[in-house]
Amino acid sequence: MSEMSRDEVEALISEVLEVYPEKAKKNREKHLSPNDTSLEQSKKCITSNKKSLPGMMTIRGCAYAGSKGVVWGPVKDMIHISHGPVGCGQYSRAGRRNYYIGTTGINAFVTMNFTSDFQEKDIVFGGDKKLSKLIDEIETLFPLNKGITVQSECPIGLIGDDIEAVAKNKQKEHGKTVVPVRCEGFRGVSQSLGHHIANDAVRDWVLSARDDDDTFEKTDYDVAIIGDYNIGGDAWSSRILLEEMGLRVVAQWSGDGTLSEMELTPKVKLNLVHCYRSMNYISRHMEEKYGIPWMEYNFFGPTKTIESLREIAAQFDESIQAKCEEVIAKYQPEWQSVVDRFRPRLEGKRVMLYVGGLRPRHVIGAYEDLGMEVVGTGYEFGHNDDYDRTLKEMGNATLLYDDITGYEFEVFVKKVKPDLIGSGIKEKYIFQKMGIPFRQMHSWDYSGPYHGFDGFAIFARDMDMTLNNPCWNKLAAPWKKTEQVDEDIAATA
Amino acid sequence: MPSVMIRKNKQGQLTLYVAKRDLEENIVSIEHDTEETWGGEVTLADGSSYYLEPMATPKLPITLRAKRMAGAG
Repeated sequence: MSEMSRDEVEALISEVLEVYPEKAKKNREKHLSPNDTSLEQSKKCITSNKKSLPGMMTIRGCAYAGSKGVVWGPVKDMIHISHGPVGCGQYSRAGRRNYYIGTTGINAFVTMNFTSDFQEKDIVFGGDKKLSKLIDEIETLFPLNKGITVQSECPIGLIGDDIEAVAKNKQKEHGKTVVPVRCEGFRGVSQSLGHHIANDAVRDWVLSARDDDDTFEKTDYDVAIIGDYNIGGDAWSSRILLEEMGLRVVAQWSGDGTLSEMELTPKVKLNLVHCYRSMNYISRHMEEKYGIPWMEYNFFGPTKTIESLREIAAQFDESIQAKCEEVIAKYQPEWQSVVDRFRPRLEGKRVMLYVGGLRPRHVIGAYEDLGMEVVGTGYEFGHNDDYDRTLKEMGNATLLYDDITGYEFEVFVKKVKPDLIGSGIKEKYIFQKMGIPFRQMHSWDYSGPYHGFDGFAIFARDMDMTLNNPCWNKLAAPWKKTEQVDEDIAATA
Repeated sequence: MPSVMIRKNKQGQLTLYVAKRDLEENIVSIEHDTEETWGGEVTLADGSSYYLEPMATPKLPITLRAKRMAGAG
């Protein structure tokens, strides 16, 4: 049933929309569309980055999540204060699995939660004094921190605290970088604006720190990995490939990254952007101010990885290009054996994705390498440019959905009947109870890394482990079972 | 008067990017494109047009203030 025609998909969409009141229906129908590979621009078929309707079960996050959780959080040697009530920081603490090297609480602080724990009196009288005190306490208790960021939660913007003034004073007093980030959760329509605000904060408070300092020894092969958050070690499995090619990775943004790496990024020759959505802003800024070109790449699955490696090598001289070919040849038997082993077990399976950032389009190649087909994809907080890039990756008349609601997703799944769903933790148990194999694709279901050739082996194993798990035949009670031929998939194991 | 960024894309075409409006579009025509004067009215692939204060050819990419003209809502 993989070949749903365009009309069938359109009928399905209108069926899903049927239950909505007139106004909601009009709004939602702009966000659901069959893919049309002939289009160059997504805005002709899908609307994105618009406010979610109240009452819909949206799966989006907030601006604070985008700034603290995604962009700033993984910078390991800085302390990120969740400024405001305790919950925002505590309930999201360490959830994203941004791996790092360092001793937590001594010189690395990623998995710790620092908060100003706002109370009623702070709302009434303002929290600036508390913030100053908190920063002083941090300096006493954690003297090896390299800097502090103040990540605002909703009340800060509502009561109008002047965190910039506090930051400036404390920066002078302690001689360390203190960055105020105005990422109050109510700003914008989703976490996407949080990324933008965080990027702007980096631009304004960090990036130009070493502009007049030439002591850093540059080479012609300096690059920075931008927009890789080292989920389950992703950035590491990307980094080794680049280093084997002869490039020097100066900075990782921001998984396992440091403040000094960020400050050195303006000295590199090329910015490599993995997550375009969250870090294109700073890449564009660096292109304008420092003349550093940037390019997007994709390290999911061998086909795309090889393509990207060649593209990256093409930006440098022949020695790099030669080494790039060596690297590709070196890993060829490794990934080929993974494909040989898992492809027969996964061939022809159909996948629906609903994630954020870069994954709705980037992982398609990895699934295709395993003979699987992505039949529906969508972004939580993507913009036009994300969908522009998705149109060509997806098959014709496959489903595209933007900011899908819980209800819509459920109905789509019931009708399209995919073999596997990749989405977030909030969707996981609904679909597992419906009897559909599910992978949590935000943090690789507590596995990973998935980037690069090493990551592909883990990716393939995980997909196989989930899809061919014997538990899926055991969902019906034995006395309710109709005669069923068990798939002899175990025989191929 | 939105702030727009003009840059060259991979294919070497001029593009106009407005972060706030989520707009990135190829420029199909530009009124002045000589060494001394560059800018004026630019038309995008989607039919909208913007006005850039004419200037000497700048180093791209560059962020400028642009005036919205026909079709740029």
